[in-house]
Amino acid sequence: MTAWALWAVAVAVVAALPAVLSPFQIVQLTVFMIYSLLALSLDLIWGFGGILSFGQAAFFGVGGYVYGIVGINSGSTTLALIAGVAGAAGLAALLGYFTFYGRVGSMYFAVITLTVTLILHQVMGTTADPRYAVGQARLGGYNGMTNIPSLALEVPGRAPLTLDPVQLFYVVGGLLLLVLALTRALVRGSFGRVLAAIREDELRTELLGYDPRWRKLVTFAISGSIAGLAGGLFAGWGNFMNPQVFSMFQSALVVIWVMVGGRSTLYGAVVGTLVVQSLTNYLGTASVTYTTVALGTALVVIVLLFPRGLVPAIEGAVRRVSGRRPPAPEFAR
Amino acid sequence: MDFVAVTAFGIVYTIATLILLALGLAVIFGMMGVINLAQAEFLMVGAYTVLIVTAHGASVWVGIAVAPVVVGLLGLVIERTIIRFLYGRILDTMLATWGLSLGLVGLVTLVFGPTTEGIATPLGHVTVGEYRLSVYSVFVILMAFAVLGLTYGLFNYTRFGLVARATMQNPNMVSALGVNPARVYMGTFAFGAALAGLGGGVMAPLTGVVPTLGLAFIAKIFITVIVGGPVILLGTTTAGVVLGLVESLVSYGSTPIYGQVAMLAFAIILLRLLPQGISGFWRRGV
Repeated sequence: MTAWALWAVAVAVVAALPAVLSPFQIVQLTVFMIYSLLALSLDLIWGFGGILSFGQAAFFGVGGYVYGIVGINSGSTTLALIAGVAGAAGLAALLGYFTFYGRVGSMYFAVITLTVTLILHQVMGTTADPRYAVGQARLGGYNGMTNIPSLALEVPGRAPLTLDPVQLFYVVGGLLLLVLALTRALVRGSFGRVLAAIREDELRTELLGYDPRWRKLVTFAISGSIAGLAGGLFAGWGNFMNPQVFSMFQSALVVIWVMVGGRSTLYGAVVGTLVVQSLTNYLGTASVTYTTVALGTALVVIVLLFPRGLVPAIEGAVRRVSGRRPPAPEFAR
Repeated sequence: MDFVAVTAFGIVYTIATLILLALGLAVIFGMMGVINLAQAEFLMVGAYTVLIVTAHGASVWVGIAVAPVVVGLLGLVIERTIIRFLYGRILDTMLATWGLSLGLVGLVTLVFGPTTEGIATPLGHVTVGEYRLSVYSVFVILMAFAVLGLTYGLFNYTRFGLVARATMQNPNMVSALGVNPARVYMGTFAFGAALAGLGGGVMAPLTGVVPTLGLAFIAKIFITVIVGGPVILLGTTTAGVVLGLVESLVSYGSTPIYGQVAMLAFAIILLRLLPQGISGFWRRGV
């Protein structure tokens, strides 16, 4: 029952952290957890579906923008968050329909998702003119969308209660653990087993009577909705969205989080995000340019030296030193 | 009448630039199967080469001649240090070249700053009725088709082209016949990089030079090569014609951004209908 013990520890840690950390650290950690959700969405489709999507940043951005548009117009942040998730899931499903049902190869798929992200970046960048607005919400071009309402607790019949940083931390932390548990259940259940079979040998799985296109589509839509949830939470956290979320840099970051944490573990995505983001913060955000160079170099070095991910490589080294049996061989992609 | 002529010229120009920029990728991605996400940065380095050469007082033409040499050498170094370890590992290649792309953009920004530098467009204008056309655009169109012809000739009518195509098909057989496949890969990659450098150099006076120059093109050129399909050069050319037509027609009707969106949407729907790309459809037809 070690798994249950680990979950209990995770819940306890999230519950206890606000008592230990400063308010600033709590706000920082909240956004790291939001990013962890985004990394989780990529690990689901990449680690378990075997499909590398460069478009998670696009779903994140769409989730955030939809949250902003609905939140500003309706005033209800719960509705906005749901709309954000639905918008991102819808985009993912649409994209998935054209690519999976068109039987586009996995590398073409990766390129197409990247292309969609870059196009969104350019399109949102041209919306600076005030006439680009949805109801009250101005899209704002590269200046971004401002005055997005903070996430609030809405109980029918009462005035909405805007969450303070600690409450927001608990909401985001709770959602992260919930999504982690749900995705874990998904990949361990029969659906996940078929998904793994598709990853290993798509043709053989299809000949056994499963429809890989449908399952890939569903997985991709779920992955997109998780990224959209992260985007909505991000917009509710920072009250701000701009086209930078669709940039190459942001898209690369998601992949790096998962690569550092190691694929196909789910928790690795969370660990990778926390490690990379803490390091980035520690190194200082003095110059975005240096960070870009460092990020690019990190990506090349990890691919060349630790193709299975940084955390699994360290785990393997520790196991070898301590003389325990090596982990089961990784599935071929 | 003049309007029709000028519009037609604009469409041909859009198509020609698409082919010119995508040609290097057609060789590296289409032929070799290396998904090089740093391809757009090869264009950018080519453009910067022209900028540096003109800043030292030489003419634009010298810059355009030097650009493919510089970028070809850069491609050679990158192939030897990174790409050659990753053949056959497609997704890893993507990730590594993506890192390379970020790194190159960052480095160039550090050295030259994030500002857009202009290069004076040579050759001046001609007047067509009420409209003025840049003669340099005519040069770009001629250049695109000349480079396309040269590449086609190189791969179809020379010994290097024959060996290169054979290596891409069956490296073991080529190796058994006494050719070192590693050197062929190296040469082909460098050639693809040089084509990109040339493309970037030719476009530099028209687009302006900025470290993030590649971002405007990367999506377009990948889509063009993917839509082109397995018959690399002719497929890419056909895809360039079709997609360039869609892009320029929508651009004339609205804005260039919507032109790009329409082109992308068209490409994705096209891939749903013809998953093997345009030339895959030919092959099945034959």
